[in-house]
Amino acid sequence: MWLTETDLEAIWLTLRLATVTTLILFVVGTPVAWWLARTRSRWKGPIGAVVALPLVLPPSVLGFYLLVAMGPNGPVGQLTQTLGIGLLPFTFWGLVVASVFYSFPFMVQPVQNAFEGIGDRPLEAAATLRASPLDRFFSVALPLALPGFVTAGILTFAHTVGEFGVVLMIGGNIPGVTRVASVQIYDYVEALEYGNAHRLSAVMLVFSFLVLLALYVWNPGAKKR
Amino acid sequence: MNEPQANTKTVSAAAAAAAAAVGAETDMRPQIEARFQVAWPGFILDVDERLPARGVTALFGHSGSGKTTLLRCIAGLEHAAVGRLSFKGSVWQDAETWVPTHRRPIGYVFQEASLFPHLTVLGNLRYGQRRSRGGSARTSLGKSSGSNSLGKPTLAITESSPDTDTDSVTDRFSLEQAIELLGIGHLLQRKPAALSGGERQRVGIARALAVNPRLLLMDEPLAALDLKRKQEILPYLERLHDELEIPVLYVSHSPDEVARLADHILVMDEGRVLASGPLNETLSRLDLPIRLGEDAGVVLDGQVAERDERWHLLRIACCSASLWVRDSGAEIGSHARVRILARDVSIAQAPSSGTSILNSLPARVLSLGEDAHPALALVKLDVAGNPVLARLTRRSAEELGLAPEQSVWIQVKAVALL
Repeated sequence: MWLTETDLEAIWLTLRLATVTTLILFVVGTPVAWWLARTRSRWKGPIGAVVALPLVLPPSVLGFYLLVAMGPNGPVGQLTQTLGIGLLPFTFWGLVVASVFYSFPFMVQPVQNAFEGIGDRPLEAAATLRASPLDRFFSVALPLALPGFVTAGILTFAHTVGEFGVVLMIGGNIPGVTRVASVQIYDYVEALEYGNAHRLSAVMLVFSFLVLLALYVWNPGAKKR
Repeated sequence: MNEPQANTKTVSAAAAAAAAAVGAETDMRPQIEARFQVAWPGFILDVDERLPARGVTALFGHSGSGKTTLLRCIAGLEHAAVGRLSFKGSVWQDAETWVPTHRRPIGYVFQEASLFPHLTVLGNLRYGQRRSRGGSARTSLGKSSGSNSLGKPTLAITESSPDTDTDSVTDRFSLEQAIELLGIGHLLQRKPAALSGGERQRVGIARALAVNPRLLLMDEPLAALDLKRKQEILPYLERLHDELEIPVLYVSHSPDEVARLADHILVMDEGRVLASGPLNETLSRLDLPIRLGEDAGVVLDGQVAERDERWHLLRIACCSASLWVRDSGAEIGSHARVRILARDVSIAQAPSSGTSILNSLPARVLSLGEDAHPALALVKLDVAGNPVLARLTRRSAEELGLAPEQSVWIQVKAVALL
């Protein structure tokens, strides 16, 4: 076995983090995407801009604010302490919260585009066929937006796997708790262990390529529909 | 406009004649009351109408005249800020009430079939049918009247159990009936993408029927199709008209479709109603330039009464008047509809002989009106209870000394069997 035990631990942690983040974002991001796709509210612009912020913000800035908010004196930190959860920074769930924020646009934007692409007509047709608004969402909007969900899921997962700056700010570098693959590689390089860094980097490279390959192979077929 | 008042008498007489002509019940109670005001940038809709809740009512007008918006308001797809809508006594919209689209007992056919691409044809048909099953008492009312009106031998389910009118039985009946009526039985397992435009629209119509609507709304169901596909679907729409008792509101800008399908017509222009009433009465009004297509004319309902094998002709009986037309292969006794254009009708003082014209009928002058050109006049006549328009020059009218109540003979050069 040419990957060390700490490498495997880091990879396992990374996959767990990405999976949990993606699942949470399916639940949290879908209503936001639906609202952004359907609303005629004047808040659509501002909310859309906030959702897109993590695309342009340096991860350290996002991480810094989250750290402050979740810290002992921050509003989120005080809430979690009151609820008896304790403090989130430097824990796995702290990383999850940070990743949810950081990957938010990668979930919302493809799903929003997919919802917008459906148009009003299929939903109107469903309404004339006795489907209530919630029923229309699940029986028409979700199936028709499925390709958008696949894209969003892959992008979110891959983006979370590739996360580094936010992890360092929120999670630090605790083996088995917050030390994800990208941080592990950073450690190897810091310690001048280039051989180890090469191996883990190669794994990440192949993984990323396969994910993007899946995305590009899936998409043309999805668009034909 | 004050002219309509001047003609009230003749109009109401024609209304009675028209009602008798289609063999309709004497119940003329308006059962759809619609009042809507919509003001969008560059568009207004201002309608306050009572429409009959039976037969086919055509909403006729140019594109942009507001007919589709009116239909969408009735379906609840648009929410007119000022509006009141009631159907057979139940209020769907007023200042306090808003029944959302999915709770209105309607069927809606869109211009493009708008089938769900992720479902098969059968899945599309079942989508609404499943959701309308076991619905409110309102919908089951519609079911019993809908099923009684159909006597398909292949669909004898209800006949064996006419009193155990359970939802599941009537729903299955209705779905099979819709599939049969639109002739789509062989398409059920296909996806919409694998259908032709005409097939898609037939599925769209069947899907709307499968929810057992009490009111069927159709928004230019043929407009997106080419002529051949239109000819493919029109017979199905005529069957619908003849076999179902569901009232239909049919939006169209096509004179042919209106002439073939409509019993009533609502003519719209720039968001307002120009005229509204039974088709014959409205088409034969002299005070309003209501034209189906380029020329004035009337549409008469009758029955195929006789077939002349030797000359390949059919005799169509409209009340007591008879018209000979080319044999279209229609069955004796079947419902027939003919269209007579004003330009094809000439007037004589006596029944003429030595003419090639087949249809010569006694008539009574009802009124005279102006036509588009100062040289021409339109004459409205009563032919055995049917209103008929004739166009002639003012000079001819003067020479014949035409006046209301005068008895004349008309010669009809062309009768189109629709």
